Amino acid sequence: MRTTYREAVREAIREAMRADSRVFLMGEDVGRYGGAFGVSLGLLEEFGPDRIRDTPLSESAFTGAGIGAAIGGMRPIVEIMTVNFSLLALDQIMNNAATLRHMSNGQIGVPLVIRMTTGAGRQLAAQHSHSLEGWYSHIPGLRILAPATVADARGMLAPALADPDPVLIFEHGSLYNTEGELPESIPTCDISSAAIGRTGTDVTVITYGGTMPAVISAADELATLGISAEVVDLRVLRPLNDATIMQSVRKTHRAVVVDEGWRSGSLSAEVSARITEQAFFDLDAPVMRVCTEEVPIPYAKHLEEAALPRPERIVRTARELVGR
Amino acid sequence: MNESFELLRRMLLIRRFEERCAELYSSQEIRGFLHLYVGEEAVAVGVMAEFGPEDAIVSTYREHGHALARGVSPDAIMAEMFGKATGCSGGRGGSMHLFDASTRFYGGNAIVAGGLPLAVGLALADRMQGRPVVTACFFGDGAVAEGEFHESMNLAALWRLPVLFCCENNLYAMGTRIERTHAVTELAVRAAGYGMPAEVVDGMDVLAVREVTRKALKRIRSEAGPQFLELQTYRFRAHSMYDPDRYRDKAEIAEWKRRDPIDKLAATLRLPTEDISKLDTEITEVIDAAVAFARTASPENVDSLTRHVYSEVRR
Ligand SMILES: Cc1ncc(C[n+]2csc(CCOP(=O)(O)OP(=O)(O)O)c2C)c(N)n1
Ligand SMILES: [Mg+2]
Repeated sequence: MRTTYREAVREAIREAMRADSRVFLMGEDVGRYGGAFGVSLGLLEEFGPDRIRDTPLSESAFTGAGIGAAIGGMRPIVEIMTVNFSLLALDQIMNNAATLRHMSNGQIGVPLVIRMTTGAGRQLAAQHSHSLEGWYSHIPGLRILAPATVADARGMLAPALADPDPVLIFEHGSLYNTEGELPESIPTCDISSAAIGRTGTDVTVITYGGTMPAVISAADELATLGISAEVVDLRVLRPLNDATIMQSVRKTHRAVVVDEGWRSGSLSAEVSARITEQAFFDLDAPVMRVCTEEVPIPYAKHLEEAALPRPERIVRTARELVGR
Repeated sequence: MNESFELLRRMLLIRRFEERCAELYSSQEIRGFLHLYVGEEAVAVGVMAEFGPEDAIVSTYREHGHALARGVSPDAIMAEMFGKATGCSGGRGGSMHLFDASTRFYGGNAIVAGGLPLAVGLALADRMQGRPVVTACFFGDGAVAEGEFHESMNLAALWRLPVLFCCENNLYAMGTRIERTHAVTELAVRAAGYGMPAEVVDGMDVLAVREVTRKALKRIRSEAGPQFLELQTYRFRAHSMYDPDRYRDKAEIAEWKRRDPIDKLAATLRLPTEDISKLDTEITEVIDAAVAFARTASPENVDSLTRHVYSEVRR
C-alpha cells in the first residue's frame, strides 16, 4: 500500500486510539484545524474533543499536564507544534518527565509520548528551523526517536506508547510528503535498534531522520562513481544502538556522520566519539562529519541550502575518505 | 475537640520535626538545600485535613510539612534527608524531592511553579477516568509570577478540572518582598482573570484554613471547576539554611510570631499545659525514633547508582 509519511503517522495515532481508551492526543491546533502539519486531520470527527484535545498556547502547561496525566494512568500523546516551541516546555520535559522516576526512586513513572516536528529546509528562517533532537538526546530518562521512513512513521508510535518511560518522537517537517510502501498488515517495530538503510562496502554513512533523503541521493551518486556506501539509519537517538554502527564500520573501515544539528557539541560528535572509542583500530581514515553550518538558519533559499548538509557535501566527504 | 487536638498534634509534629532538621543540618548529618516550614504549619495541616486518601498532592521544595500532614512516615522522610536507601525517595531526592506513591504524594518539586502543570494533568487523568477525586497543588507567592502559574490556571479553568490551587503567601520569595515583585499584591485577584473562585484566609488559623478548604472542596466536588486559596502565612525562619535572613525586619518577624498557629489553636482549645507537654513528649519520641531509624539505615548501594533512570519492567 502506497502512503505518505503524514498518513502513516495519522494511521498510527488512529490505531493506538482505537486500541486503548487511555490514549489521547493533545496540543495546539490538533483538533479543529487538523494539526499544523495536517497529521491529525479527521481524528476529531472520529474521537471527539475529549480525546483530540485542542490546547491553548501554553507549551509548558500542556506538556506538564501530559506528564501529570501519564502519572495518573492515561497514555497521552502530546503534540508540540515544532521543536522550536518545545523550548517553552523544556522545564517540564527535562526537570519533570526525565527526572521523576529517578527522584522518586522508581515509585513514579511517566509513560508519555511527545511528538514534534523538527528541522529546516522550508525557508522558515532561524526561529522555525532548529534541529534540537541532539540536545534532547543528551538527557538520561528520555528515549528519543527519529523516524526517517514511512514504515517507522507508522510503526514507532505503538511501542513508544507501550514504553513505561517518556518517549520523544521527532518528525522532520520535510518528510511529511514523502511516500513509501507499507504492507497491509503492519509488522511490529522496535524502538531500540538502528537499521541498515542500504548495504555497501566502501564507506559507512550514518544519519537519521530528515537527512536520510540527502544521504540516499548521495549514496546513489557515489554508486555511479563506483563507491559502495552503506547507510546506517540511527532511528533511535537515545539510547544509541552502538552495535549496528560498529558492525558497519568494522566492515567498511570508514565513516561519515551526517547530522542536521550544528557540529559543535552535537549528536554527530557523540557518534564519532563512540566509533573512536570502540572501533579505532578498524578505521582506515578519520571519522568525518557533515553537519549544518554554525549559523542560525537563514531565510534566503540559496543561503539555507548552503547551510544544510546537501548531497554534494556528503559525496565530496565520502570521496575524500575513500580516496577516489 | 478530638479532631482539633489531632490538628494540634500534626502541627506540633511538623514544628518539632523541622527544628530537629535544623539541628541535624548544623551537625552536618543533613546536607543539600533545606527549606523549613516553621510558622506555616496551619496551612498544610488545615488543607490536608480535608483531603481523602484517593486525592492527590503536588508540592514544592518546602514540603516536609505537606508530606507529614499527608501521612508520609516521619521515618521515611528523615531517612531520605540522611540519603538512605529506606528514605521515601531512596536517597535520590533529598529534602526537596519527597515522594510517596502510596499516599499519592507526587513530590517535592524544586522548580518554582514546576508542579502546577503536573497537578493539572493529574486532575485531567482523574477526570478522564471518572475518578471523583481532587488534586491539591501547593506553591508560594513567588510562583505566581511564573508563566507556568498562569498557563496552568488557564488550562485548569478552561477544562474545569478538579484542582485546588493553594497559594502559600508568606510575603517573600527568597529575600524579595512581594511588593518588589508583584504589580498587584493581592494574589487572589489573579484568579478572577481565569474566572476561578478564590478565597483569602488567615493561614495562621488552622481551623479557618480547614473550613475554607472544606467549602472549596465541596464546590470542586460539585463540578464547579478549580478553586484558588490564598493562605496568608509567614515563615519564622530563613528561606533556607544558606540564608542569613538580612532582608527582614526583626519587628516584623516578632509580630508574626505572636500569631503562632500552634499557640493560637492551643489557646482556642484551652488545653491544660500538662496535656501539651505530654503531647510534646510523645512527638519527641516519634522524632527520636525517626532519627534513630535514619542514622542506622543503610545507604543505597553505589552499584545501583544508575537505577530508576528507565523502568526496570519493560512491557
Ligand atoms: C524557576 C526557578 N527560579 C528560581 C528558583 C530559585 N528559588 C528557589 S525558591 C525561590 C523563592 C520562591 O518563593 P515562593 O514561591 O514565594 O515560595 P517560598 O519559598 O516563599 O515558600 C527561588 C527564587 C527556582 N528554584 N526555580
Ligand atoms: Mg514565598
